[in-house]
Amino acid sequence: MNLHEYQSKELFREYGIPVPQGYIARSTDEAMSVSKKIDGELWVIKAQIHSGGRGKVGGVKVAKTIDEVSRFSKEMLGRKMVTNQTGPDGLPVNSVYVESASEIQKEIYLSILLDRENEMISFVASKAGGMNIEEVAEKEPESILKITINPALGLMPFQTRELIHGLELDKKQGKEFSEITKKMYKLFLDKDASLIEVNPLIITKKGELLALDAKINIDTNALFRQPGLLSLRDSSQEDPSENDAAEKGLNYISLDGDIACMVNGAGLAMATMDLIKLHGGEPANFLDVGGGATAEKVTFALKLILSNKNVKAILVNIFGGIVRCDLIAEGVIEAVKEIDVKVPVIVRLEGTNVEKGRVLLKESGLKILSASDLTDAAKKAVAAVTK
Amino acid sequence: MSILINKDSKIICQGITGKQGSFHTKQCIDYGSQVLAGVKPGSGGTEHLGIPVFDSVKEAKIHSDAQISMIYVPAAYSADAIIEAAEAGISFIVCITEGIPINDMVRVKAALKGNGCRLLGPNCPGIITPDECKIGIMPGFIHKKGKIGVISRSGTLTYEAVYQTTKNGLGQTTCIGIGGDPVRGMSFIDCLKLFQNDPETEGIIMVGEIGGTDEEAAAEFIKSDVTKPVVGYIAGVTAPKGKRMGHAGAIVAGGKGTADEKYKALDKAGVSTVKSPALLGEAILRLVD
Repeated sequence: MNLHEYQSKELFREYGIPVPQGYIARSTDEAMSVSKKIDGELWVIKAQIHSGGRGKVGGVKVAKTIDEVSRFSKEMLGRKMVTNQTGPDGLPVNSVYVESASEIQKEIYLSILLDRENEMISFVASKAGGMNIEEVAEKEPESILKITINPALGLMPFQTRELIHGLELDKKQGKEFSEITKKMYKLFLDKDASLIEVNPLIITKKGELLALDAKINIDTNALFRQPGLLSLRDSSQEDPSENDAAEKGLNYISLDGDIACMVNGAGLAMATMDLIKLHGGEPANFLDVGGGATAEKVTFALKLILSNKNVKAILVNIFGGIVRCDLIAEGVIEAVKEIDVKVPVIVRLEGTNVEKGRVLLKESGLKILSASDLTDAAKKAVAAVTK
Repeated sequence: MSILINKDSKIICQGITGKQGSFHTKQCIDYGSQVLAGVKPGSGGTEHLGIPVFDSVKEAKIHSDAQISMIYVPAAYSADAIIEAAEAGISFIVCITEGIPINDMVRVKAALKGNGCRLLGPNCPGIITPDECKIGIMPGFIHKKGKIGVISRSGTLTYEAVYQTTKNGLGQTTCIGIGGDPVRGMSFIDCLKLFQNDPETEGIIMVGEIGGTDEEAAAEFIKSDVTKPVVGYIAGVTAPKGKRMGHAGAIVAGGKGTADEKYKALDKAGVSTVKSPALLGEAILRLVD
């Protein structure tokens, strides 16, 4: 689960990580009134969406007057913002964050995240902050600093010293930095984060450290013990059909192609998408219906994939292990009848009671094509849309 | 021979009374696995599926002399269950549970270091040595005793590989699902080592997927240490970046963990890669027969 910048900064404040003064605003009027509460004569208006790359598309603007605060927030609010991370549809800007502008002397990159290679939590830092950190990592890997935390020991002072030295901070900044890392690690553990990223962490002209941006991702597996964070979820920033699917225990991700698939198991679902592509087609979605593919689940899944208007064929690929193929066939038949599916449906079944399942499909009198194996299924699906 | 488990393996089940634990433990017993005791705090002294249930792993282990624990307890309690098993002296822990918080697994992994016990999973289908012992949720009947070792990060995709090698007559020595989480117990390398040293395993199928760098590490290991033929497949060539494809660990993040990179690494290591999971069976048949 992703948090907005304003939510992340609220948590930063709670934990004592320094952030500029700022307030959330959901309307132009609100933006104007909160800007009056902020000291100084320069404001930064930031569109609140679950995406980076906002600065490049007009989602971060510096206002010199209250009139500009009004104008910029008006431009952002209510619009759908497309960044290089959102996809072509973009994300709705329902709020803006109005913040006191800061004078930047230096920009640092700092994050704490799960390090998959050594399966521990690591801090990653770079003195080349502010820009695209992935680009920096690729071109100057030596400028990326990393320390890995032993969970039994926690963050050790020598590790923080290593970062401070690498970032070339002076004594006073080093002291502030050390406090920031301690608090970030505590926040990471307390709130079950999977990522906390500050890019940039700036050194102001006065020489103080300040988190100018804040991004927090929460581990969804841990939400059961984070009731306070549940209310921070903003479903307007998520795909509605993906959310509907999740509520029914299905894993659905919509894609750009025209062959929909319905599969049991995440690995097999990915492999089915790959097979469609391998045989010259384009998958319309990823869909894992999980272990218990009941008639009700299959019906819901079919409705869901048909809500995508680009779909020209459906490929059902089920390996019936614990679940019996004849039960799955019954589910598919019921669903196809109930929804009155107009596009060709190709079904590949394998596993327990597969013969019974195939006979049921054949005798149903419906336009269901039975495939003999994985390759045959992919070929038939691709042929169905290229006809 | 086989690796890790055989007909003599003695097993206990943590979370035996739950819906999943109950259903799958029964399947395992029916397959012939020796599940000798169950653990459910608060239910000690009762019986379930004809097996005695204990309050703790310690008691269950004393009663059964088991070396292996199969875990189905809910995600919120899994870290506790794994550590309890390790502290009680269980040498091989198979954790089927899906959805364990990442920070829990980080602590568990660090705690198990140097303990000497092996962890398989979590979020995995388990392990099976055909005709001898099944610990997990895989359908037993698709397996056949034989000469191929199967290692996979995915459940149903493992079944595809297994079924193909059953149909073409090769059969399997042992099949291991290492699971789809970003922090997990046994890696591809751990399994490859065991298969390389198992005299009955003549060929290995490894099924990877996007996310992480376990496959790349495995490729390096194969190049230097594996002399047996290996066939590889990676799922997720078409997966969009930044999207979690069902498994918690199946995500291309920060440009890392793409299927292309993994294929490249495997090809370089001399692994026979296939671009379709339908070809795993024939590919290994060509190399082994």
